[in-house]
Amino acid sequence: MVAEKFDVIVVGAGLAGTSAAYTLAKAGAKVVLLERGDFPGSKNVMGGILYRQPMEKVIPGWWREAPVERPISEQRVWILTEDSMVTLGYKSQRFNEEPYNAFTVLRARFDRWFADQAVAAGAVLVTETTVEDVLRENGRVVGVRTSRPEGDLYGHIVIAADGVNSLLAQKVGLHGEWPPDRVAIAVKEIIQLSRERLEERFGLENGEGTAIELFGEATRGMMGYGFIYTNRDTLSVGVGVLLSDLIARKIHPNELLEGFKRHPMVRRLLEGGEAKEYMAHLIPEGGWPTVPPVYTDGFLVAGDAAMMVNGLFREGSNFAAISGKLAAQTALEALERGDFSSRTLSSYVERLRETFIVRDLEGYSRVSRYAHEHPELFTVYPRLLAEACHELMTVDSIPKRLKLLDILRHARQRRPLLAVAKDLVGALRALP
Amino acid sequence: MVATQPPATAPAAPDTTTPVEDKLYNVRFKTDETASHLIVVNPELCIQCADKPCTVFCPVSVYKWEPGVQRISVGYEKCVECGACRIGCPPHNIAWRYPRGGFGVQYKNG
Repeated sequence: MVAEKFDVIVVGAGLAGTSAAYTLAKAGAKVVLLERGDFPGSKNVMGGILYRQPMEKVIPGWWREAPVERPISEQRVWILTEDSMVTLGYKSQRFNEEPYNAFTVLRARFDRWFADQAVAAGAVLVTETTVEDVLRENGRVVGVRTSRPEGDLYGHIVIAADGVNSLLAQKVGLHGEWPPDRVAIAVKEIIQLSRERLEERFGLENGEGTAIELFGEATRGMMGYGFIYTNRDTLSVGVGVLLSDLIARKIHPNELLEGFKRHPMVRRLLEGGEAKEYMAHLIPEGGWPTVPPVYTDGFLVAGDAAMMVNGLFREGSNFAAISGKLAAQTALEALERGDFSSRTLSSYVERLRETFIVRDLEGYSRVSRYAHEHPELFTVYPRLLAEACHELMTVDSIPKRLKLLDILRHARQRRPLLAVAKDLVGALRALP
Repeated sequence: MVATQPPATAPAAPDTTTPVEDKLYNVRFKTDETASHLIVVNPELCIQCADKPCTVFCPVSVYKWEPGVQRISVGYEKCVECGACRIGCPPHNIAWRYPRGGFGVQYKNG
């Protein structure tokens, strides 16, 4: 192990850590990026969509070089009951033109490329190295203890980008264990289809891709959603729900995923595909109020480790990349001043506030809380919606006015109008 | 008229559920043979634990209740390091750490 002192030690080569290391190295700082996996990305999982614009703030034009799967030109929302679905979607040719809006990516490939860029910029990448703890002097963080023999490393600042489990910030005392209703558990499978079959099945041309999020029966009425994203010649198929819900319902995550895959509307999309890889990962939930303190003397926290995820808009990866960059800029300012106290590092929060991250996280916390308090969003409403559609589309010689009245009467039995009105007002208030 | 009974469930599709054990054949692991990174701290608490939820919610079924010996067996070799057990164990009875550097799950796609 390198027996020298670094300006900054970054723990974790995911999007937050690599973004931080890249930014620091570009600015000429002496930075080491520690990764416990064989290579960056070998431990990393996400649903699979990375937005272009926020990443441009880290590496302009990144998508021209990076291993991306397909630009996403279509977003579909499917609300499922047991045997039906109500759908909504948006597709645009403009999303399949440069500079694009979003891409599907596979993290084991993307993160490896991203870390290569940090190394090319001058960061020292050390893989197969787990960080066990921080090193402290007079109460302030001055380095990390790694799993390697004589593996103590010293640096002016440690940036913890160690992911959703956030063990390092726990060791430092910035937060305790996450409660089970503050994390979602997602299971995902990579399913291979021939490129021709995939494009035909999803109505795709010119390399474009589609993203489908599925609600209601997709999660058996639990808070969360299923997803199907198209890669080049595979699909990312998964489902994520609150860990507390899953525990209460006593459902095995694989059984949840298999049930989702068996749904008549989903099954036909996967038909003939070959399962290539199964994975599981936690996702931070809860928004801004659950974000722990993100700095202390000599220490900054970025990405999932700081609970920076907006689950509704699949925004965790871009929050990670941006917060990593902001942590790096904060560290650069501290290096310039030669002052690594929490007072100097507190400007990290100011930087976060200046971006969309904090505002979006505040908004997300309202949406998240609302969804939490309204389980009927995932149970009663999908059913009502589907039944209303079914009734309106069935031609059976009953006057339409009577049909509408009947739908209304039926809806009132399921959920009183006053409650519906309250739900609506609440939903509008919860909007970002 | 609007159907008042819940819609008939999908015509009994053949149960094609693939057990998670089968799925793990496709997942690459480098097992640290020297030690488990998951440790049940106090086996007594598992006996008292009514639901033993870890045996259900772990996405790769690392934890299995062994009635004969009255303890939870820990198949750490197939752990995908998600962290759910550490958070979800009701009495927080699992000492959880990452595998030693370079060991554990190695995703090809992620």
